[in-house]
Amino acid sequence: MNKTVRVALVALLCVGAAACSKKQEVKPQPAPEQAPVTAPVQTEHKYTPADLDTDACLRQRVVYFDFDKDEIKPEFQQILACHAKYLQDRPTAQIRLEGNADERGTREYNLGLGERRGNAVSSALQSNGGSASQLNVISYGKEKPVCREHNEDCWSKNRRVEIVYTAK
Amino acid sequence: MKPMRKLSTRLALVLLVVAALIAGPAAAQSLNVDIVGGLKTATPIAVVPFAQAGGAPLPTDVADVIRNDFNRSGKFRSLAKSEIVETPSKGADINFATWRLLKQDYITVGRISDAGGGMLRVEYELWDVNKQQSLLAQAFTAPAGDLRGVAHQIADAIYEKITGVRGAFWTRIAYITAVGLGNNTTYSLIVADSDGYNPQVVARSRESLLSPSWSPDGRKIAYVSFESGNSAIYVQDITTGSRQLVSARAKGINGAPNFSPDGSKLALALSYQGNPEIYVMDLGSRQETRLTTNLAIDTEPRWTPDGQSIIFTSDRSGRPQLYQMPATGGSADRITFQGQFNANASISYDGKQIAMVQGNGNVYRIAIMDRSLGGQLRFISPGPIDETPSFAPNASMLLYAASEGRRGVLYAVSADGLVRQRLVLADGDVREPAWGPYRQR
Repeated sequence: MNKTVRVALVALLCVGAAACSKKQEVKPQPAPEQAPVTAPVQTEHKYTPADLDTDACLRQRVVYFDFDKDEIKPEFQQILACHAKYLQDRPTAQIRLEGNADERGTREYNLGLGERRGNAVSSALQSNGGSASQLNVISYGKEKPVCREHNEDCWSKNRRVEIVYTAK
Repeated sequence: MKPMRKLSTRLALVLLVVAALIAGPAAAQSLNVDIVGGLKTATPIAVVPFAQAGGAPLPTDVADVIRNDFNRSGKFRSLAKSEIVETPSKGADINFATWRLLKQDYITVGRISDAGGGMLRVEYELWDVNKQQSLLAQAFTAPAGDLRGVAHQIADAIYEKITGVRGAFWTRIAYITAVGLGNNTTYSLIVADSDGYNPQVVARSRESLLSPSWSPDGRKIAYVSFESGNSAIYVQDITTGSRQLVSARAKGINGAPNFSPDGSKLALALSYQGNPEIYVMDLGSRQETRLTTNLAIDTEPRWTPDGQSIIFTSDRSGRPQLYQMPATGGSADRITFQGQFNANASISYDGKQIAMVQGNGNVYRIAIMDRSLGGQLRFISPGPIDETPSFAPNASMLLYAASEGRRGVLYAVSADGLVRQRLVLADGDVREPAWGPYRQR
């Protein structure tokens, strides 16, 4: 769902429900429409499955997040642009976006947070040329940590979305 | 002196390990007990070892089980077995002067005899030491394999007689274990006695299990499993093992099931419409009703005991806090205002106390909000990564999950936070405790 549709939905709901004047605080949206990427992608070259193993940009498959946040940090825009171009070049390609969270907070809330991060990456890929039908978001919350220490270094590794190609 | 003591400690450790090996997988699965705090004002009570009239040695020391129940509750301090100098088994044999000297307020004596047909007869009496008055006398008939259950029922009866509050020792708990590393992890949903004994595997999965919720009759558990890839909600019968898939939307989260007090409905958190929202599903018709509508994460719904409201976690105001709304939907009121993060409510049977995970900075502890005291909060766990509070059915104690090193452990804690007991699985990671309802006699 893109931003306009979401905003329209919120507006519709506000027309319908009288009670939403104060409580319907609009959450900060994922920031997919941020500065178009500093064109790293060779526009001439069409990606092929072989590039997934060899292309330095496509080989990066993890996006990291700040605590309790789902905003995509500028340093990951370039990676997402590459993967979005791949999706555009390979319409049959499919990506599963696996959202994860660090151990702080409850399991079910972190499922929600992981999903929000997955959706943020999904939106970013779509606004860079990927199609919604190529993207599937799943949240593991804090169920699949890559690191089990109780410190920020470890937590920062767990707050992530993994880009997994289910069809190349 | 010192090296000797060290040696004997080591020897004891070795013996313990050997004993654990001999006892086999059942013992390795059960939970060790370890009281970390204590309460001097707790009522002193002597539980004399029960006399056994002949027969084969019994698998359970009934008095031991009762003593441990009492100590864990924080309400009682039971006399150590080593200090029990006389062993009467009937009220008429009690020498009250002895127990007064030992500063005991109450004494329990009992005896076990063969009832024929493979059954045992367990009789006990509770006496007031100062008044030299009989308070309780009861008998149970049970197979030897159920002596722990009988002991818990005796502890419940004594607890109720003295405190006026129904005991909750003869109850069960559910929790999740994760054993192994990485892709070789096995997750199990386990049901055990309230003291961690008699663990039984209800469900096993190669993928994560979470959020067990008891049906009010104690026969079923709803839980979330990732076994099919995405989250899905199942309701499983504990005794037959048969289970039903209740929600497995391909898109988004199927999470946080919670049985209504009458058992006819489940509250859930589903995100197939974009982000996690609270729904109520009628288990008969499988019809879903959506209760919340906003762009925040709404999850962890819990029915209030009267079935009229649902308390849930939402980050609609920025960070997660608890909210309350009618169980039929409608506007939600925020009910927690203290602390940066409040989530995963457990509600006491009378609705007066709400336990939650409260996070401040990097410290997450269990807090109880007393609604009759204007929402005053008290912390009952030290943190730093505590979660999943679950009230006992009489609200005298709670279970919660904590982290020790790289593994999860469970604690039972008295509701005043003064007595904590660690329940440790010998192997692996323990989490997601849920205290079951009272059992039907």
